Amino acid sequence: MGIEKFIFYIFSVLLIASASMVITVRNPVKAALFLVLAFFASAVLWLLIKAEFLAIVLVLVYVGAVMVLFLFVVMMLDINIERMRAGFIRYLPLGILVALTMAGMLIWVVSGDGSAFNHSVLHGPSYSNTQALGLVLYTNYVYPFEIAAVILLVAIIAAITLTLRRRPNTKHQKPAEQIAVKRHDRVRMVKMKAEERK
Amino acid sequence: MNFEMPNFLLALPEIFVLGMACLLLLIDLFLKDQDRHLTYLFSLFTLVLVAVLTVYGYSGERQISFNGAYVADGMSQVLKLGVYFAVFVVFVYAKDYLRDRGIFKGEFYLLGLFGMLGMMIMISAHSLLTLYLGLELLSLSMYAMVAMQRDSARASEAAMKYFVLGAIASGMLLYGMSMIYGATGTLDLSGIASQAATADKTLMAFGLVFLLVGVAFKLGAVPFHMWLPDVYEGAPTAVTLYIGSAPKIAAFALLARLLGDGLINLHDQWQGILIILAVLSMAVGNIVAIAQTNLKRMLAYSTISHAGFLLLGILTGTRSGFSSSMFYALSYVLMALGGFGMIMLISRKGFEGDKLDDFKGLNKRSPWYAFMMLILMFSMAGVPPFLGFWAKLSVLEEVVASGMIWLAVVGVVFSIIGVFYYLRIIKLMYFDEPASEEELECSADMRLMISANALMVLGIGLFPGALMAACAAAFSTT
Repeated sequence: MGIEKFIFYIFSVLLIASASMVITVRNPVKAALFLVLAFFASAVLWLLIKAEFLAIVLVLVYVGAVMVLFLFVVMMLDINIERMRAGFIRYLPLGILVALTMAGMLIWVVSGDGSAFNHSVLHGPSYSNTQALGLVLYTNYVYPFEIAAVILLVAIIAAITLTLRRRPNTKHQKPAEQIAVKRHDRVRMVKMKAEERK
Repeated sequence: MNFEMPNFLLALPEIFVLGMACLLLLIDLFLKDQDRHLTYLFSLFTLVLVAVLTVYGYSGERQISFNGAYVADGMSQVLKLGVYFAVFVVFVYAKDYLRDRGIFKGEFYLLGLFGMLGMMIMISAHSLLTLYLGLELLSLSMYAMVAMQRDSARASEAAMKYFVLGAIASGMLLYGMSMIYGATGTLDLSGIASQAATADKTLMAFGLVFLLVGVAFKLGAVPFHMWLPDVYEGAPTAVTLYIGSAPKIAAFALLARLLGDGLINLHDQWQGILIILAVLSMAVGNIVAIAQTNLKRMLAYSTISHAGFLLLGILTGTRSGFSSSMFYALSYVLMALGGFGMIMLISRKGFEGDKLDDFKGLNKRSPWYAFMMLILMFSMAGVPPFLGFWAKLSVLEEVVASGMIWLAVVGVVFSIIGVFYYLRIIKLMYFDEPASEEELECSADMRLMISANALMVLGIGLFPGALMAACAAAFSTT
């Protein structure tokens, strides 16, 4: 057994184990962290089939950006776990049906004549698919690439339009005024006669 | 690798709109609320300039650039000018309406311009990738515009429905595109046309079906129309005006590019699908519209029936068929602008004039605008000599010319059923007593624009030759 196969099996097992932990652990923060582990394991699998660009992007974008944001959201929101688990039994038959269908399709494709898998092109060790992607991305595909950038810009504008609210009656501090305050602004001395206790 | 420097000048209108929209984004940031009309004027200025650029930048022959992703031809020129005009009218109508409701913000104009950029990209697309990206740019802008009135629960509901169903439709479309790409090995539309004969038949058929489901969703053709009335009714009328007008031109371009440029060799397969969509749309649209009491909802169902008519011309698969559908799309947009514009004309601060009863006795309150509405309704119903008549006639002529007389008869029968609900509005305006005697209040530019809009429907109806010739010329060069 070559070292490649060995690494493949280690990380496949790790991937399956962490993916099943994602859906079984009770704590959503732990689930998110297991998802990070699953992404790392799949990035290693990408590397094994010489798709190093996809592996880097998976780590940078999904682990670095998406999952960190996800963790923030999970930690800040008060998620009621019990209520989310309430419909489990009711949706179980449908879930099993979908799972069986997916499994059946996978078995059908894998056990076929293998024609679904013989499209891979093998390149030499000096071939860099990051470079290959970069070469076409900014030349032949510059127009769609720029449009995709505009779509992201519109997404930013839309998100800000829909969420930015100025509330006129919120209470906020003005430190400059707080520092500049004098005694007579806050305390008023009142002269009055002493009163007898009743 | 071989790389040819793209002809950037060809895409000057798109580049210009993007640049101006980004500039507007910055300018709007520094404007105070009382200076917001500068944003409005800047957007109108952009539209006028881009129209000039489009007219003078076109050499008169079909040119392809950006490695086959971009095409400039006769069709793209006419459709783009139509889109600029529609967006211009929308911006003018929307100003007072938005100001009265406290949503007169730069975002409406910004998202409107970005949405227009999406439409331009679709119109000039020559590859599946650009078609899809243009569509997404347009859809994303429209989702945000529908949800812009944040305090309104109805608008949020409409936006949510629109977003979820639009996302499903995009998914379908993309799935279909991936299958076509898998079968032909190219994203380029002329490449697909030349590969279609030798490609895997089953895969192409599956791809075609998914493509058409996605497009029918976006166009609002029955049975994929469920979102349309709710979104039209729930959105602020200014946004309904936007999503109900210019995007129909873009939807026509989407169909013409996909089916006419790309999959014309599969005509036998898609003709049957389009016949079913067209007949169902005309039937459901016209019959259900009769039961509506809300004018926005009624116009939404009327849009569905018009979408059916639009498909009639395309399904013939001939050049003259496509050009008749193009004429129909442009005419419909002109009428829809007027129809939704009238709702905004009789609305005022704190009052939404979108019920049929609000049009009661309009003749007594303002004879001139009642007459304008009469022109628009007659035209939508297809009564000669208004524009809508010529649009319907040219589409039906093409259907008869390709030998489907029964289909033309079905079209005529359903448009006669449709006449009922258009005439009902005219009856309400002229023969019923008004609920209130108040004067219509709106600014001079709105009054001028809506009169011009309705008179154009009449004027082009009397002299339809020029627009028809432009549509015919658009398809003779390809």
